[in-house]
Amino acid sequence: MVPTSWYLALSAVLFAIGTVGVLVRRNVIVIFMAIEIMLNAVNLTFVAFARQLGTVEGQVIVFFVMTVAAAEAAVGLAIIIAAFRNKQTVNADELAMLRW
Amino acid sequence: MGPVTFAVLATLLVASALTVVLHPNPVKSAMALVGTLFLLAVVFVFLGAHMIAALQVIVYAGAIMVLFLFVIMLLNLQAEALDLDARRGGGAGLRVAAWLGGAVLAAELAWLFLHVTLPPVAAAPLGYGGAVAVARSLFTDSALPFELTSILLLVAVIGAVVLGQRRTS
Repeated sequence: MVPTSWYLALSAVLFAIGTVGVLVRRNVIVIFMAIEIMLNAVNLTFVAFARQLGTVEGQVIVFFVMTVAAAEAAVGLAIIIAAFRNKQTVNADELAMLRW
Repeated sequence: MGPVTFAVLATLLVASALTVVLHPNPVKSAMALVGTLFLLAVVFVFLGAHMIAALQVIVYAGAIMVLFLFVIMLLNLQAEALDLDARRGGGAGLRVAAWLGGAVLAAELAWLFLHVTLPPVAAAPLGYGGAVAVARSLFTDSALPFELTSILLLVAVIGAVVLGQRRTS
């Protein structure tokens, strides 16, 4: 069986890819997808630790993370649609209405 | 799962995650994200989390990704997004810095995880990770948080409707 630390290292790599995606992309929808990758990397950590400890509590937390991610996707995409309606763009550099 | 299976799965996962981040076309990014989430579900099965793997496919690769694709196609982004990637702000220097930072973050986290001392792998009880085991923990120990998620989802639905409606005044 593969040791748990390998799963943790994989999740670290996935989390870093998601972070870089948030930093280098300008399309807010792709930035959103990169955030989903980061959430999933953390989910992998929870499931790997749950298996290590032989308990299901980590999996229950993954259930909650999925719920929050679903709520976040619904509200976030609604915000993107509203912003696109006002500014006709999804470029993160041009969506600076909250910056003063 | 043997080391070879893990290596194949990990390679595919990292490749599809990189495709999400690098592909200029957002629709193809979304399809790569579906692949990433699906491969993660496979990893969850190997870790004994069968219920979570099923939820991953249904909720993430199903519902959330449909929402993403729906919005991308609703906004009809393709041409604009390709143009947007051609004139990225910040310049090449900042992008190289972001990739270097990401590499450092990955190396640091991976080094930490590979050197942490973990307790020995506990034997999984019978039915580990199945619907019964997860639901028992969910409805006893986590009953209050579970009820709170219903409020969260209600607020999210109301928020999405309010944000999405067209102002007619």
